[in-house]
Formats: sequence, C-alpha cells, structure tokens
Amino acid sequence: MSRILQLLFFWLVVRPIVLVVIGLNVRHRERLPSGGAGAGGPAIVVANHNSHLDTVVLMTLLPSRLLHRVRPVAAADYFLRNRVVAWFARAIMGIIPIERRGREPGADPLAAVSQALDRGEIVILFPEGTRGEPERLAAFKSGVAHLARRNPHVPVIPVFMHGLGKTLPRGSRVPVPFFCDVFVGEPLFGLDDHRIFLEHLTERMQALAGEGTFPVWQ
Amino acid sequence: MKDRLHPPVLAALVGIFGILVLATILVWLVGRVRPQLDLGEMRARIRSWWVMAAAFAVALVLTRKISLVFFAFVSFLALKEYLSLIPTRRADRSVLLIAYLSIPIQYLWIGMEWYGMFIVFIPVYVFLLLPMRMVLIGETAGFLRSVGTLHWGLMVTVFSISHVAYLLVLPQAVNPLGGGAALVLYLVFLTQANDVAQFIWGKSLGRHRVVPTVSPNKTWEGLLGGVATTVVLGMVLARWLTPFDLREAAAATLLIGFGGFIGDIVISALKRDLGIKDSGTLLPGHGGILDRIDSLTYTAPLFFHYTYYLHA
Repeated sequence: MSRILQLLFFWLVVRPIVLVVIGLNVRHRERLPSGGAGAGGPAIVVANHNSHLDTVVLMTLLPSRLLHRVRPVAAADYFLRNRVVAWFARAIMGIIPIERRGREPGADPLAAVSQALDRGEIVILFPEGTRGEPERLAAFKSGVAHLARRNPHVPVIPVFMHGLGKTLPRGSRVPVPFFCDVFVGEPLFGLDDHRIFLEHLTERMQALAGEGTFPVWQ
Repeated sequence: MKDRLHPPVLAALVGIFGILVLATILVWLVGRVRPQLDLGEMRARIRSWWVMAAAFAVALVLTRKISLVFFAFVSFLALKEYLSLIPTRRADRSVLLIAYLSIPIQYLWIGMEWYGMFIVFIPVYVFLLLPMRMVLIGETAGFLRSVGTLHWGLMVTVFSISHVAYLLVLPQAVNPLGGGAALVLYLVFLTQANDVAQFIWGKSLGRHRVVPTVSPNKTWEGLLGGVATTVVLGMVLARWLTPFDLREAAAATLLIGFGGFIGDIVISALKRDLGIKDSGTLLPGHGGILDRIDSLTYTAPLFFHYTYYLHA
C-alpha cells in the first residue's frame, strides 16, 4: 500500500515540481544505480546537504522501480517528532531513523543502515549531518567512513548539489525557483583508515563542486 | 481554433517543418559521405530545433489561452535561468517571488487585451514595487546591484518576450490575411532564420570582427550577409503573413536583422561578465533558453511597436 502511495507521491507531486519549478542540470547520472543487471544496489549515495529538497531530488534521479529500496538516513529527533511527520518519513520517504544524541552507551547507531545494505538497498547519507548554512560545505562526520569500512564492496557515490539551498533553505517555507546542479562523482570504497577515507571523499566532493561556476548568494 | 488557422499560418508551419526535414536529411547525408566529421553537436542542435518547433506549433494552433500560457512559460524559464546565473541575496527571496509572480499577471493583461496596462505594468508598477519591497526588508548591502539586475532581467525575459504574445491578441483588422498568429510566425521564424543565416555567412566568409571583446565569432560578413538574407526572406513572406507592402517589409526585416544581432551580443556580454559559456543546459546543442531567445528579446518589442504604429 505505502509502495503505491510512494509512487503516486513521486509521480504526481515530486517529479512535476522538480521538473517545472526547479529544473535540474544533472551530470553523470549513469554513475548512480540504474536498476540494470548488477547496478541495482547496494550502494551508499553521499551528498552535501542544504535543503529538505535534497533527499526528494536525489530520489527522483533513481529509476522508479528502485524507489522502494532507497533509504535516506535521517535524524530520528527531527523526523519522528510527531505521528504525521513520522508516518510520512517512514512510509513515503522510506527513511532509516538514527539517533543523533542521547544513545545508550555501546549501542551501534549505524546497525539499521548496515542491515539495509545487507538487503541490497540504496542508502542516502548526508555526512555533514545537518542542512546547516545553505550552500556551504561543512566538515564530514565519520559515520560514512565506518559504514564504508564495514561494507568494503559497497560503492560510495559522491553527489554534489548546488541550488536547492537557494530554492528552499533551512527556515523557509515557500520555495523560490532556481535551476539546480547535480554532479555525480566516481564511486569510492571503504578503507581501514577513516581519516584517509574522509579526506578522499572530501577531495572528490570539492572536485565535483569545482566543475561548476556558481554565482554568489548571501 | 478555426479563426487562428488561416491558410498562410498552416502553410508557414508546413514550411518550417519542411526546412527541418531538409536539415535533418542534409546532416545525415554529410555524416554518410564524411564519416570522419564530428556532427554530434549539429545533430543535438537539430534535435532541439525539432522539439522547439513542435512545441511552438502546438502552442500556436490550439487556443489563445494555450498560446499565452506557452509564452508565459518561456518567460518563466528564461527568468529562472537568469536568476540562477546572477548573484542574488538571500534576503531577497520574497522579492524574487514577486518578480516571478509578475509573469502570470503580465500575460493576464494580454489575455484581457488591456494594452495600456500591458505596456506600463513592468516598466512602471513592478519597477516601483521591487525596490519598495526590498527596503522594507531592510538589507542595504548590495541593494543597488540587486534591484538593478532584477529589474533588467524582468525587462529582458518577461516584458520583451511578452510582446510576442501581444501580437496574438491584436485585432484581426491589423492583419486581415493571417491574424496575430501569422505575425508571430513571421517574427519568430525570421529572428531564428536571421541567427542561422548570420552564423552560416560568418562561418563561410567571416573575416572582420564587429565586437571582438564581446563575441569574437561575430563578423561584419556574417552580420551583413545574414541581414541581407533575412530581408529577402522577409520581403518574400510578407505578402502572406503580414499587412506590409514591400517597402514596409524591408524596414521591418532590417529591424529584425540588426535588432537580433544586438540582442545576441547583449546576452553574450552578460555571459562574458558572469564568466560562463552557455546560459544553461536546457536545449542540447544550443545551451540554455536565454541562448535561444537572446535575439528575440530585441526583435520582439521592435517588431511589435513597428507593426502597432503602422497598422493598429
């Protein structure tokens, strides 16, 4: 049931808005899971985070038949704050909620994400941890490095996005139309040394950001 | 619908698609004869022409409402592209929303055939409203740049382009043979043909640059050859699509030829200032929508007011 609702929501609401109001310029979409043989997941899609629109836009870049297997990792304190939002986040967006703080000592915050990868699902992760200042790249948290090391055969696909933070920044309710750029990078794989992995990921993300010219926005 | 599909309009549409068929066959033949040539860019460009011509034709032959919505959408895409390219201020989000909102309102005046409002709305009322909203928000750093670039963008992408749409609602008496749709076809076809003709003349004979600092590929040979081609084409087509006699048609097409050139290099200057090559990626082989309608931002108001002065 929720799979049908999810498809309806994406085809009737999200895709028309993304197509008409926003308008995407996607480079190297072929580097994302296509759903073809051997390219349907598992995968970890890693993106910079500027706006609530980031997740839905990334989900529209994957083929519809993979939609129900896409799992954005999202903060439990924010997305499970009331029943309506929680239902939407789980049933329509398919999130994996994780606790940002106040965890029991010794609990593995990423256990649910690892299980999803074991099931061959496509995990979307924002390693900046928060939307933060729109259109500014913040330092990556180490969760993605742990996850990649534990799943060394799962590709980590970096995606750089620009413009959605202008369209709908944190704290705004009404979107203002802008064309948005989405640049998909070559996949990385997990390393034993988290620090080096994060350096590689950051470098690759900055190289992707360097592919475009973006006007000042402040 | 029936009052819009005058035989000259249908014939012109058939002609446009005929030209596209010829261009497609020509590129295919060149690809067969000279397989070493890289025609990818040319193929993409012609494919985009097909899509644009099809959308334009459909918008033109259906109802007036659909035509107006089509041109409003072109303005929307152009304004969105423009605002995505220029520096903007976060504080101006609501001002940008007002700018977007001016598009449906401007095209509403056209639908109402309210000429007076159509002609003053953006140059006067929106011009007064945008700075007012900005000062009420209170951010003064970058105020002049912001209000100046925003209004200039609205004039180019909404006010200018909406002149094409106003041609559609001119009274039948202005152009008894073909009506407003024929005038739109005449303007848009000649503007685009002028671009192509200037490109071809410039490629084959171009030597002396017109404005090397703005657009190094634009040459006097291309400009004059293109304008001459446009004038001849326009004088031939005028008797079916316009109310012009030959002398009037010659002057109208000179406006289109030279105006189109200026519109082209104005957008080139904008892109050069911003340090970009294409305004977008919407139309493969062409670039963005501003790259395609650059000439039209000059030819549309010039041609409209010329026609309006002489025949309305």
